[in-house]
Amino acid sequence: MHADLAGLTADPGVPKPDPLLVVDGVTRAFGGLVAVHVEHLEIQRGAITALIGPNGAGKSTLFNVLSGFDRADAGRWTFDGAPVTGRSAHRLARRGLVRTFQLTKTLGRLSVLENMKLAATGQRGERLVAGLLPPLWLGQERAIEQRADELLERFRLAHMRDEYAGTLSGGQRKLLEMARALMVRPTMVLLDEPMAGVNPALTQSLLSHITDLRDEGMTVCFVEHDMDVVMGISDWVVCMAEGEVVAEGPPRAVAQNPAVIDAYLGRHHDEPGTEYDDG
Amino acid sequence: MDWAVIVSDAIRSGIGPVAAVYALAAIGLNLHFGYTGLLNFGQVAFMLVGAYGVAASVSTYDLPLWVGVLIGLGSSVVLALLLGLPTLRLRAEYLAIATIAAGEILRLFYRSSWAEPVTGGVFGLQRFAVEFYDVSPIPRDTYGFWLVRYTSLDLWALAVAWAMVLLAAVVIALLVHSPWGRVIRAIREDEDAVRSLGKSVYAYKMQSLVLGGVIGSMAGMMLAIQNQSVNPDSYDPVVTFFLYTIVVLGGAGRVLGPIVGSILFWAILTFFDSALREAIGAGYVSPSVISAPEVGAVRFALVGLGLVLLMIFRPQGLLGSRKEMLLDAR
Repeated sequence: MHADLAGLTADPGVPKPDPLLVVDGVTRAFGGLVAVHVEHLEIQRGAITALIGPNGAGKSTLFNVLSGFDRADAGRWTFDGAPVTGRSAHRLARRGLVRTFQLTKTLGRLSVLENMKLAATGQRGERLVAGLLPPLWLGQERAIEQRADELLERFRLAHMRDEYAGTLSGGQRKLLEMARALMVRPTMVLLDEPMAGVNPALTQSLLSHITDLRDEGMTVCFVEHDMDVVMGISDWVVCMAEGEVVAEGPPRAVAQNPAVIDAYLGRHHDEPGTEYDDG
Repeated sequence: MDWAVIVSDAIRSGIGPVAAVYALAAIGLNLHFGYTGLLNFGQVAFMLVGAYGVAASVSTYDLPLWVGVLIGLGSSVVLALLLGLPTLRLRAEYLAIATIAAGEILRLFYRSSWAEPVTGGVFGLQRFAVEFYDVSPIPRDTYGFWLVRYTSLDLWALAVAWAMVLLAAVVIALLVHSPWGRVIRAIREDEDAVRSLGKSVYAYKMQSLVLGGVIGSMAGMMLAIQNQSVNPDSYDPVVTFFLYTIVVLGGAGRVLGPIVGSILFWAILTFFDSALREAIGAGYVSPSVISAPEVGAVRFALVGLGLVLLMIFRPQGLLGSRKEMLLDAR
């Protein structure tokens, strides 16, 4: 386990020694349904935090709100000490908070290399007038291409470099999306179900890529359903149910936590029939 | 039936000033639709404001032609901002609805009696192209090869229009191969992915809408100058659909697609027109089946048939890549 997280009490909303993302009172309702209501949550810098919970627990909605893809009805959150409540998605990405999607969003009719180069920030040639004048950006473009090639090598996609991204397999798309996120040079990556639809062999490779990110100093937060994955690589696990954080703690402790078992199996699972008693 | 007449008619139309104007407007539309994925169903509105910018400035207010050109360009920028500001944050359909409505609203507004003192209403405007033809270096004569002849005035308009097409194509070629172009092509594929990588999708869509609209307004100006008159009713929605036909025919998202598409579209249209007239004249087609006044409608039916065949046998257009097309379906 991550050394800084040792010895913390495993209560929902427990303060971390060095939080990167701090969430306060974030609420998101769809009509009458409160999808997310998080009182307080801190994500430790430089650690891998898993976000688990049954379907409909609000994990993806929380991701969407925090990454600027959905708006919150109430609440505040800060990233790296700065208030970023309601900040648009592209501004958050430029600040270093980059997300991936549950359904991979590779850009099919761009080559794999173009997918990578697109993600580099601060490109001079991305301005309309400068785009017309290649001498202004060709040097920078070459540097970006070199970095993209290094990442493609690392993620074993180098042989697909010049193919359309639309020709990649599902697992390769997951790899490309993760590699592309790194082109932004993020301080934190939010991975929405990185293992969904990936074969077991590739899962191992994706897992090692995720732990590599942490070892390079990045903060990782991911939503996942596969408990083996969660137990294997996370430093800290946050469990949500019905929009709220019901438990958090080190993986082993969370697995034993009665609130988590309740969340997955339903309350009163050990007291059969109690629901019908009032009738 | 004189085949030389039919073929020369088709060639004259295919490389003529109207084909150049449509190629130019289609280049703008290709930037919207082919590269950025913006559904602009009102490209004709940009042509209209460009045409009237020139015509009304010169004819109504006696301003010099170059001022009229600036006013035409300025109007297209304003129109693009007005259309884009409320719709570009929403899903693609909203821009489509707004643009198709704006095209018709503008046409009806420009032809209304209220606007008549400025726009000439249903009578349109004339006598604004004098300055353009005065600077022509081409002596009065007819020019061309074989049976394909142009007057000196048409040749001047044709040369200027094709020069503008060339210029626009070079600008688009430079842009779409730059990092800017990479961003707009990525927006066409998936907006959210681009947003998640730190690009302001809204700003890029707006830039694309403005630039394509400005190119469309230049086409409108050239159309007005070439006709030496403007009339609101020549800017009806069907023009936009001709432009879509041209873009799809040539290949959407290809630099040369709109140019090849426009040349072929006008050549084929005129070929059918001329061939049908010759056939009726020679008695091969009985006037009771197709009479001469019906030729205009029948040629569009034939073009429609051609498009259906194109969609079946070459859905990516003439210059498009089939591989890329098939990726779309995944």
